[in-house]
Amino acid sequence: MDWYPLLNSLRIAAVSCVIVFFLGILCAYYAARLPRAVKGALDVVLTLPMVLPPTVCGYFLLLIFGAKRPFGMFLAQFGVQFVMTWQGGVLAASVVAFPLMYRTARGAFESFDETLAHAGQTLGLSNTYIFWRVRMPACRQGILAGTVLAFARALGEYGATSMLIGYTPGKTATISTTVYQLWRTNDEAGAFRWVLVNLAISTVVLLAVNLLEERRKAVKR
Amino acid sequence: MSLFVDIEKQLGDFRLAARFETRSGVLGLLGASGCGKSMTLKCVAGIERPDRGTIVLDGETLFDSEKRIDLPPQKRRVGYLFQNYALFPNMTVRQNILCGLHREKDRAKREAEAQNAVRLCRLEGLEGLRPLQLSGGQQQRTALARILVSGPRVLLLDEPFSALDSHLREKLQLELRELLGRFGRDVVLVTHSRDEAYHMCSRIAVMDGGRLLGVKDTKALFADPESVCACALTGCKNVAPARKTGEYEVEVPDWGITLQTARPVRDGVRAVGIRAHYFNAKTPQNRFPVEYLGEMEEPFEWIVEFRYRGQSPQAPPLWWRVPKDRRSAEFPPQFGVAPVNVLLLYE
Repeated sequence: MDWYPLLNSLRIAAVSCVIVFFLGILCAYYAARLPRAVKGALDVVLTLPMVLPPTVCGYFLLLIFGAKRPFGMFLAQFGVQFVMTWQGGVLAASVVAFPLMYRTARGAFESFDETLAHAGQTLGLSNTYIFWRVRMPACRQGILAGTVLAFARALGEYGATSMLIGYTPGKTATISTTVYQLWRTNDEAGAFRWVLVNLAISTVVLLAVNLLEERRKAVKR
Repeated sequence: MSLFVDIEKQLGDFRLAARFETRSGVLGLLGASGCGKSMTLKCVAGIERPDRGTIVLDGETLFDSEKRIDLPPQKRRVGYLFQNYALFPNMTVRQNILCGLHREKDRAKREAEAQNAVRLCRLEGLEGLRPLQLSGGQQQRTALARILVSGPRVLLLDEPFSALDSHLREKLQLELRELLGRFGRDVVLVTHSRDEAYHMCSRIAVMDGGRLLGVKDTKALFADPESVCACALTGCKNVAPARKTGEYEVEVPDWGITLQTARPVRDGVRAVGIRAHYFNAKTPQNRFPVEYLGEMEEPFEWIVEFRYRGQSPQAPPLWWRVPKDRRSAEFPPQFGVAPVNVLLLYE
């Protein structure tokens, strides 16, 4: 069995998860402090990829990053290409997973007790220290949930991925595109194997989250 | 060594205007909730920014709208004890205290200082616990330890006892007073409780609807509150509009009586107040017939509602408070009030 789709999927999910983690937190942190009207508008834009069909997201990505599009050609000058590459998979997965991270993190930031930050400031702690050592730990639950959701979504991404990077065995194949491809070519047993792999990964991720949750509760008590 | 504050801030319809100066000891800001007390403290700490004015601490300008000075909270070295103590929930008591010591680079010194604060605030044995595992009093002492080690030049206490069970309050007030005495710096304490203000503060400023009325010595404020608001905040239950009718005499139409006063009545007197403890059946002055209406029992006192015979029907009943061992079997037919106990209210 060729394990490339597994490695590729994990690679895409991991990299996009890291990107979405920082980008989502950054956007959530600043969005939480915006005036309500601006926040509403920004919210729509940032959440759109979550409600749009993934194929439509893929369509938009092709519009922007396509090899014959201005921005795609501009990037190509620097040797950056998103169409038909695994990096394109990262892009597609990031776009689709971003809203999950952004929304959960924002919810967590909004319920954060600002007096903790103020107390830190009056004690002379820097804002960076307060962010990483007070705000983030206090919002840990929401941020962790967002990260897991984003990772799971990135891992299972199909629509935008297949639009942007297609299916090339050993190059852009991911688990989800492989399952479809094998099914389409009547290789039911192959498809089923990959389904099992996918199930295993998802179960491990969810178990890990539950375990973390329980540890956290135990510490609290 | 003092804090001078003169600020204004507009928040929608609400307008905050506060001007005061600390003068060693504890200054109280006494006011009903939502009157701008906490907002004033936050402006001093740099968490909120006033629209106009100046804040000077120990000769250093923290804020000056004209000179465009606005130091960030980190540079002000102002200790702020929040109402909920704002301990970092993810850190232990010891880690919380060490947060106040981050300026100290020498590790051994930091540990020693933290240890010292733990002893001073009686937190021995609790160093490894997290805030959620502490009682309210322990949380308060941890928050204080964290602030004291950071070397603040002034200490701001925002309703420090409101999060505690009432039966603990007096004891903790005594403890805190002792700790503040050793701290030896100016303290500003915000409260809505007259008892707390009386226990803790050497001077008190009354705040009403965003306006800070003058600063007075605590005893003087309670003896002569001068304004209707201060009178109510110091716990006086019986207040009615009044009119000057003589140099030492005011008429109170609502109660249908004329009262003799010990202090000369100035023009512009608006109302009089009589504390519920100061009605006495035996006092010969200001003696008028009264009528019993109802009563409420407290653990050690009676609160008796009554009215003057000539009282207007719309005027609310008056309150008489009397210790249980001093109350006669019969409700007296007449009450007198010593002229010195007639409070003249001007604002």
